[in-house]
Amino acid sequence: MVWDKKYECMEKEELEKVQLNRLKETVRLAYERIPFYRKALCDNGLSPDDITSLDRLLDLPLTTKEDLRQYYPYGMLAVQLSEIVEIHASSGTTGTPTVVAYTRGDIDLWSEVMARTIACTGATSEDIVQNAYGYGLFTGGLGFHYGALRLGATVVPMSSGGTKRQIRLMRDFGSTVLTCTPSYALYMAEIAADMGIDPSKSTLRIGIFGAEPWTHGMRVQIEKVWGLIACDIYGLSEIIGPGVAVECPAKDGLHLWADHFLPEIIDPETGERVSEGQDGELVLTTLTKRAMPLIRYRTGDITNITFEPCKGCGRTAPRISKIKGRTDDMLIIRGVNVFPSQIESVLMEIAEVEPYYQLLVSRARGLDELEVCVEVKERFFSDQIGRLEVLREKIQTEIESVLGLTAKVRLVEPKTIQRSEGKAKRVIDKRAL
Amino acid sequence: MSVRQISVFLENRSGRLSEVARILGDEGINIRALSLADTSDFGILRLIVNEPDKAYQILKDANFVINKTRVLAAEVEDRPGGLARLLGIFESADVNVEYMYAVVEKATENAVMIIRVEDIEGATSLLRRAGIRLLGEKEVYSL
Repeated sequence: MVWDKKYECMEKEELEKVQLNRLKETVRLAYERIPFYRKALCDNGLSPDDITSLDRLLDLPLTTKEDLRQYYPYGMLAVQLSEIVEIHASSGTTGTPTVVAYTRGDIDLWSEVMARTIACTGATSEDIVQNAYGYGLFTGGLGFHYGALRLGATVVPMSSGGTKRQIRLMRDFGSTVLTCTPSYALYMAEIAADMGIDPSKSTLRIGIFGAEPWTHGMRVQIEKVWGLIACDIYGLSEIIGPGVAVECPAKDGLHLWADHFLPEIIDPETGERVSEGQDGELVLTTLTKRAMPLIRYRTGDITNITFEPCKGCGRTAPRISKIKGRTDDMLIIRGVNVFPSQIESVLMEIAEVEPYYQLLVSRARGLDELEVCVEVKERFFSDQIGRLEVLREKIQTEIESVLGLTAKVRLVEPKTIQRSEGKAKRVIDKRAL
Repeated sequence: MSVRQISVFLENRSGRLSEVARILGDEGINIRALSLADTSDFGILRLIVNEPDKAYQILKDANFVINKTRVLAAEVEDRPGGLARLLGIFESADVNVEYMYAVVEKATENAVMIIRVEDIEGATSLLRRAGIRLLGEKEVYSL
């Protein structure tokens, strides 16, 4: 269902007009109210009046997470604290949390983009949304909550954790939409099976999964085990929380709500823009947020963008690819760039192992070593060392062909790799860098 | 004529093997024979116990990865050349022995070997024709 036809299906030229008008307002607001941005513009010899086209954005400096930390907690606010109605902090996946704040208008905006997002996956006001994203400082829980309320659906505010209870209530309430991290969705299926409940017979029809990168293979697995359509959602607390982009059931890229969030893709090394369709780091400028407008914020997420209208749903909202990794979880092992998602995609293709893995990086005598721990599936356990060795070699060869790097594969017992109710911790880097 | 063997997948972590032994001991399971095959990362513990079904269940409940396999328990003469004769029978029939290990206790003057081959039925008749005595479950468990 298209929630806001005018903006979701707007012609590109018209969208650019909307974006330019909104960009002008945002830059003026930031310039007038936030010393950080006033200085940034002045240092580049610019004033808000210079923003006469969208291309002038290139003259503006990039904003980083470090900048937000430096102005902790209220230094990036464009409004008086009395106008702030809600404060969140980023989940701190990669370090000190960063603070984000919302005016009443911002909460309204958030509800609106999240209603769009949830509707885009095919959910309607008839659905029962079991929201298993964490409620609290993390924006996932409340973002979905506001969006589902705006959509008019029924929200079950489960938050994350209490897995057995999640599964019992899912069955009792007849939840039709599940929202959580993809790794938690898999974990829930495992626990359901342990409880003697067949997850594929659940009432769920749609899953909206995000907050961590996941692969196509993981999607196939989740869809199969739960019998639902799994859509990827993208967002980050600095920009608004969840509600920046989402897949429609065609699952051919995530529709990014570019009337509110202006996307660019840059080369993370040089900061130069890359052309349409090329991979790079996503940079976002908020166009309508009041409390904490951000100009050219570096998300750290690697993706690419297309402006072709979607063949599946007809929306013209540009689409970004599934996030391929983060500039900061990219491992450099013996000079080779490695994203955990690449290893995940290999493992998902191998029937004999569980979809859980952990990467251990260490350095012995100056040489980096990558060890991949994988759980053997119980039904594939053979009492012959030879067969397990063959399996191990198969995984090793596959990883080598994808990464161009030899990794040590270690087979571990099922259920020994830590399960996660939120973001899965998949990399342990023991190198003292 | 075969006996049930339980195999356990063990990560190469300290205390894993002793945990298996402790769990079985606590439940009064007696280990009749065992072998441990290992690589640098993991091992496979193979067990012949007096109550295989019970042992299977308690190890499963303790979250070990296990499976049940059928193996042969064959008597060999306890003298030089006894084992060579047994293996010679397999060799001349072109039967591949996947693994084998010895049982410590003896029922008679002869030693007992646990043998795993792909085709248990075929190997049973092969050994019988060669005059090798095979032990049944009851006999092995009560050694």
